[in-house]
Amino acid sequence: MDYLDSLEQKTVYIVREAYSRFRNIALLWSIGKDSTTLLWICRKAFFGKIPFPVVHIDTGFKFKEIYAFRDEYARTWGLDLVISRNKKALEEGMCPDKGKMECCNALKTDALKKTLKEKGFKALLLAIRRDEHGIRAKERYFSPRTADFTWDYQHQPPELWDFYKTQAGTEEHIRIHPMLHWTEADIWRYIEREKMPVVSLYFAKNGKRYRSIGCQPCCASVDSRADTIAKIVRELERTKIAERSGRAQDKEDSYTMQKLRSLGYM
Amino acid sequence: MKIVIVGHVDHGKSTLIGRLLLDTDSLPEGKMAELKRISKELGRDAELAYLADQLKEEREREMTIDTTQTFFRTARRDYAIIDAPGHVEFIRNMLTGATQAEEAVLIVDVKAGLEEQTRRHAYLLGLLGIKEVIAVINKMDLAGYDRESFERVKSGLSGFLKGAGLSPSRTIPVSARNGDNISKRSSAMRWYKGASLLEALDSLKPKETAERKPMRFPVQDVYDISGEKIAVGKVLSGRIRQGQEVKVLPSMAPARIKAIKVFGKTLKSASSGANIGIVLDEGSLARRGEVIAEVPDLPQPKNRFKADLFWMSEEPLRLGKNFVFRCATQEAACVAERIERRMNSSTLEIIEDSSSELRLNEAAAVHFRTERPVVLEDFDFIEELGRFVIEAGKVPQGAGIITS
Repeated sequence: MDYLDSLEQKTVYIVREAYSRFRNIALLWSIGKDSTTLLWICRKAFFGKIPFPVVHIDTGFKFKEIYAFRDEYARTWGLDLVISRNKKALEEGMCPDKGKMECCNALKTDALKKTLKEKGFKALLLAIRRDEHGIRAKERYFSPRTADFTWDYQHQPPELWDFYKTQAGTEEHIRIHPMLHWTEADIWRYIEREKMPVVSLYFAKNGKRYRSIGCQPCCASVDSRADTIAKIVRELERTKIAERSGRAQDKEDSYTMQKLRSLGYM
Repeated sequence: MKIVIVGHVDHGKSTLIGRLLLDTDSLPEGKMAELKRISKELGRDAELAYLADQLKEEREREMTIDTTQTFFRTARRDYAIIDAPGHVEFIRNMLTGATQAEEAVLIVDVKAGLEEQTRRHAYLLGLLGIKEVIAVINKMDLAGYDRESFERVKSGLSGFLKGAGLSPSRTIPVSARNGDNISKRSSAMRWYKGASLLEALDSLKPKETAERKPMRFPVQDVYDISGEKIAVGKVLSGRIRQGQEVKVLPSMAPARIKAIKVFGKTLKSASSGANIGIVLDEGSLARRGEVIAEVPDLPQPKNRFKADLFWMSEEPLRLGKNFVFRCATQEAACVAERIERRMNSSTLEIIEDSSSELRLNEAAAVHFRTERPVVLEDFDFIEELGRFVIEAGKVPQGAGIITS
């Protein structure tokens, strides 16, 4: 078993464990490379047919390439796609100009809260990774959230070996992070090996590419000539630029990410 | 390779991690500038420790609260470094980090010497199955790089480790703050002829896989795929083969492996570490919590066993009180029937030879009874069937390994 196999196999074990504990579970699919990889591995874990819904939190500000990719592969892979939108906030004109943290909170966190309530999901699969951000490095594989979505990061339950948290009934839902142990370069090596499709924004055009994708107004591209997966892998082996350096919400002050996450941000 | 760094609070774990990231050139652009800015906001000198201590509360209290993993690479391989909090209040977080690790680095402040958590962490590593550690004696700069101070701490440490069943593969004098003997040998300590920390890490050998052991396959779940029942799970040890004669434990029902499946493929065999699906021959059934094992090397299911247990809950373990036992995918109600050699996990002093309870941060040899038979192995034989947690209210209260 090689290194990528061992990463993949751990993820398979975790998603199967998650599904065995929570039949009312959903996968959060941002259409980015990490959650698409998680989706790909879930298809393998469940023999081609994912037995739970896949939720896209749609802020309305995503790149058009993201919507096109979503619709194409939701069809090809036979996904049970749920689109989560905070219609009220959008009608009231919420946008990044009103404050990045406010916008993320209303259009992502609040939209998700509403969908979670409507659908009664007890657990969510998310593709965050430890190497993305120092705060995400503090996460557990199975992480309980209270009714108002708060993450009590100062009192996380112990998680020993591969004995994961099951629900006690006092939590609103459990966040499950099956990709926590992957790095950005691992993801790309895996995409290359599996010949997985990804959104075209990741590939360089006119000397620029996106390393991390989300809402168009809050994502900046980086200088790059990597227009194939192999070139992206080589670029990452050399780069000194942080992956999320183009993401506005990480930057407002040193602890914006900590605040967002403790409030239930993904 | 996953390495956990353990030791007493303030002996320099987070600083050592920051140093490793810096020396292996693993920091993204602008990270050092950000660190300097944050340090200035807090009115302190630039702190390498903040690279691991990301929570605001951690930086303000100058203390690691929860475990973190960071990544770096050497020419030899990729590493994940797990920072574990050194304060007694956060021992559960330390265990969360330590049980994910393959190897451990134990750090000791040369001036402070062995303290409460130095000893407790070392003992816990041994209890939970990490038998080899690299010891680093830190803050040598503050001791004038003095050889005698180093030798004194080293000899105290090796005595204690031996008592805890551990052997330090190497003991290295370092200054994490200044980078002495971290990525290269220090010119300030020419008397030290051994390896630097990175050289020592690179020389570690990965653990052997359990492929040569008898086959064990705990069932994780059963899926109905196009009318076919597929039992999924991870092969813990050995090799599972199409056509293999097996038994479903604990009932001992005989069965045969009709097919081994992964998405889009049927396999002839699969070995330890693989997550697969299996189809049993007509008439055979398996459920989550059952263990499929190859004939003839079968373990005897039992409902009484003895284990070395560490207790990490404020609520004590009491004789006769109900808890939930979890081992691989098995779960069973359990009670403790006898508590022997109740021990302080830091001083290793025996509090009582026989006790009616086990309290927070104590360890003991405990005799358990489960309400139904479970499938267990000796920890040294098949790890994943030899380690377990004890839960109450769906939260782990204790962790241990089976001894008999």
